[in-house]
Amino acid sequence: MTENINAVSDEQILPAPPKGMKERDIRKVSKKQTVLKVLAQIGLYVFLTVIAIAVLFPFYWMLISSLKTLNEYNATVPTLWPQEFLWANYVTAFTGELELGQLFLNTVIVGVVSTILSLVVTVLSAYAFARLEFKGKNALFAALLATMMIPGELFTITNYVTVSAFGWLHTYTVLIVPFLVSVFYIYLLRQNFLQIPNELYLAAKVDGTSDLKYLWRVMIPLSAPTLVSITILKMMGAWNSYIWPRLVANDTMHRLVTVGLRGAAFVDEATGMTNFPAQMAAVVIVTIPLLLVFIFFRKYIMRGVSRSGIKG
Amino acid sequence: MDKKKNQWKAWLYLLPAIVLLLVFTVWPIFNTIRMSLLKDYDDLAAIGGATFEFGFANFAKVISYRGFLTCLGNTVLLTVITVPISTMLALLIAVALNSIKWLSKIFQTIFFLPYVTNSIAIGMVFMAMFSMIGGGPTTEPVSIGIINTIIEACGGTRINWVNAGSDYWSNMFVLIIYIVWNALPFKILVLLGGLQGVNKQYYDAAKVDGASRLRTFWRVTVPLLSPMIAYVVITGFIGGFKEYSSIVGIFGESMGPVGNPGSLNTMVGFIYDAITNNPGRASAAALILFAIIFAVTMVNLYVSKKRVHY
Repeated sequence: MTENINAVSDEQILPAPPKGMKERDIRKVSKKQTVLKVLAQIGLYVFLTVIAIAVLFPFYWMLISSLKTLNEYNATVPTLWPQEFLWANYVTAFTGELELGQLFLNTVIVGVVSTILSLVVTVLSAYAFARLEFKGKNALFAALLATMMIPGELFTITNYVTVSAFGWLHTYTVLIVPFLVSVFYIYLLRQNFLQIPNELYLAAKVDGTSDLKYLWRVMIPLSAPTLVSITILKMMGAWNSYIWPRLVANDTMHRLVTVGLRGAAFVDEATGMTNFPAQMAAVVIVTIPLLLVFIFFRKYIMRGVSRSGIKG
Repeated sequence: MDKKKNQWKAWLYLLPAIVLLLVFTVWPIFNTIRMSLLKDYDDLAAIGGATFEFGFANFAKVISYRGFLTCLGNTVLLTVITVPISTMLALLIAVALNSIKWLSKIFQTIFFLPYVTNSIAIGMVFMAMFSMIGGGPTTEPVSIGIINTIIEACGGTRINWVNAGSDYWSNMFVLIIYIVWNALPFKILVLLGGLQGVNKQYYDAAKVDGASRLRTFWRVTVPLLSPMIAYVVITGFIGGFKEYSSIVGIFGESMGPVGNPGSLNTMVGFIYDAITNNPGRASAAALILFAIIFAVTMVNLYVSKKRVHY
């Protein structure tokens, strides 16, 4: 009986070979299929390679342009490899009007301080939402999540008015405090904390461990990957932020790196034309740290990103 | 007793977050609405005791601005062009990545690179690649730039992409290329993640039924991936309506080529231009933007509810 069913379904599944077809012909057909399969694979690799070149080309162009002399860069036919390597462009980028050293210092101060403060605030809030019981917990959490739907521009207008009134314009504070709390990070960490079994907490309580100690000794080590993701995304945010810093702290002592980079003119004094090689050298200096972070923390970045959809 | 103690402890843990959110998130929601309804609101004047006419004057003024309509048009065009292109391309790339074994990890890493870059900095690289150097309306340029060189090598004619005197659609073309380049990594990441979670049995079944590759793609892959596709389309639309920094990266603060500033400005750019001198009008524009994003997201959710197969 079962054999019968099998026979029927086999016939349905495999198209029956045309009458008179010999085994050798079938082998020929399967050979043809293999060839098609290989061709399809080659097609895929060609497609992916073309896209990869398109993705990489701007990086390549940035690197080689940053090493060209201005004359070579302005040549009628652009060269695909520098004839002579002019490392002096990097010196120009550092010593020119850009003041990259100061920009780096400002960005690192803002990045490190805001990351540390943000981690403290995020850990405390996530812990309260994940482990402590209090009235209105769920309502408050839902309200926080609701604020995530509102575009940031809406906050920026009032925040500009607020920080002006506080007298915070052109300080480090204005770059650090207003966007310190991220509801998304609180949410991310709370989800992570919730996965840690409650039994651990109860056991710690029985042993007389305080909440803070439990948080520090158990929760934080167990959710280290999420904390690393948050740290990296927050640092990258400081490095890439442009709109808010330009609005509130666009002075030499507090300007962040992206604002400085876009603001500098890179005009060659002799010709009055844009000195693209020096500009590209500055772009390389700004891009390299990001690429290094990516190489070392790829896993953490991709994990954080796939859940957020927010750049930087 | 213990429960009560826990109550205030929880609030203590939440205190820093709540204080900051009240000042920088909750208050702005109300204040922005308030400012948008007061005609030509000015903070200093308000402190001095001035009163402002209440009503929708700011909204009326914003909508009647020609500059605002340009910004709205640019934003909508960039969004409706780049979101479908980047989504389709990301889908093709994700499917291709999912069907190869060798070098797959390396390709994945390369395709993710644009994500970890500074969009202002790389915008400047795109500007350098597309721009011509020297020359004027009548004189020949000194160098036509790498992209034009490639175009001429392929038998095409060079185009003034981004320099003074360039036309709107050439500018838009460069922006579209850059925005798609920038948007691909996130979409590939999400779609590939979805593909890797798909049960292989569906494909075996399709193969057994003798379905062609194309048919398998449309009838198996796309429906199974529809939640992820909906996700990248919705986030793509939201991001598209907030487009700003890629234009600053390429054209700078002037938001347009030399001699035609503001021609490529967007909604967000309009808001930022107005913040310092007319917060009331900026607030009205921001609320209009929020309304548009909200409406588009609702439409997206409605469509995906009908189309998405879970």
